[in-house]
Amino acid sequence: MSNWLEQLLGKKTKSADQAKERLKLVLIHDRTDLSPALLDNLKNELLAVISKHVEIDPGAVVINLTQDGREQRLVADIPLKSARRSRSG
Amino acid sequence: MVAKVVTVTSGKGGVGKTTTTANLAVALATLGQKVVCIDADIGLRNLDVVLGLENRIVYDLVDVVEGRCRLRQAMIRDKRLPELYLIPAAQTRDKNAVSPSDMSRLCEELRPEVDWIFIDSPAGIERGFRNALAPADMVLVVTNPEVSAVRDADRIIGIVEAEEKGPVRLILNRVNPNLTRRGDMLNAEDVLELLAVELIGIVPEDENVIISTNKGQPVALDGKSRAGLAFQNIARRLMGENVPFLNLDSGDGFLKRLTRLFRSGGTMG
Ligand SMILES: Nc1ncnc2c1ncn2[C@@H]1O[C@H](COP(=O)(O)OP(=O)(O)O)[C@@H](O)[C@H]1O
Ligand SMILES: [Mg+2]
Repeated sequence: MSNWLEQLLGKKTKSADQAKERLKLVLIHDRTDLSPALLDNLKNELLAVISKHVEIDPGAVVINLTQDGREQRLVADIPLKSARRSRSG
Repeated sequence: MVAKVVTVTSGKGGVGKTTTTANLAVALATLGQKVVCIDADIGLRNLDVVLGLENRIVYDLVDVVEGRCRLRQAMIRDKRLPELYLIPAAQTRDKNAVSPSDMSRLCEELRPEVDWIFIDSPAGIERGFRNALAPADMVLVVTNPEVSAVRDADRIIGIVEAEEKGPVRLILNRVNPNLTRRGDMLNAEDVLELLAVELIGIVPEDENVIISTNKGQPVALDGKSRAGLAFQNIARRLMGENVPFLNLDSGDGFLKRLTRLFRSGGTMG
């Protein structure tokens, strides 16, 4: 019956939670006019430009739209590979 | 007197705009305020039947705008209350018969005469909605705890902010506490987090709304039902009173959390 028991038994997420998660994404895209496909293009172009100047690992890059009040923010976390230096032993 | 113009809107149809307009107007009039409500839903008028004033219509909004009568003549007085008036929508015209500047002019004429002007907006984001929005000092966005209603509310809030017609206040209508409790309906906290606006009322799903609408007697006329009480509370909040939210969810610390959320303030100005 209780929440934790349901979670323990791996019951499926409550429908209200599903509604909330789905709405979060829908609202971000409605507000910015950025579809998931457009966002993907944007990410790829951004990575291409950055790669011209510094070495990055595309697999480690995280670029997301997040909500801050009624404002949307494009947040990019792009770890840079350390420059290959000849290390003195 | 300098009236405050309050536009009630939603984007989606059937969420409770007309019910809210009628009940807030009644509740404020009960508190001794002088209130005019305008039905801006031209072609689909309903505020008259919800208020129970449908048999007294002679002139309508379009008659005023087109100069066939004076403003006073189109104001139907509700005899149950000292100072409540309705300006009905035209039923046989299309919404282009009125323009946003017509609405602004009309409200300017009314403003010195009354305390509150309520405008019941049609659904959608077209001309009728623009008409309702044009003179607004405050916008009440009505929504239901349900995906399409919340999504449409977000669109509307975006437009209202872009037009700088704030402040926006949210009314969450038709809340079903049983569904909320078992996690099958978005709760007020969820909706506030998604929409990031300030809440001014939570109205439960209540069969008394349907019964009273059948009779043409808005629930807020007596505060015995939960919905009636909820509308009266919103009216008092509009008057600047600090009224706690109804405890629809008789369980956990929901209300405390909600109060905190409310106090910490939305990002709205
Ligand atoms: N809190 C409520 N509880 C029960 N029924 C409601 C409630 N609010 C509105 N309704 C009903 O929902 C329907 C749509 O309401 P209405 O005010 O006409 O919506 P709108 O003007 O947004 O189209 C009406 O039948 C009304 O009686
Ligand atoms: Mg309506």
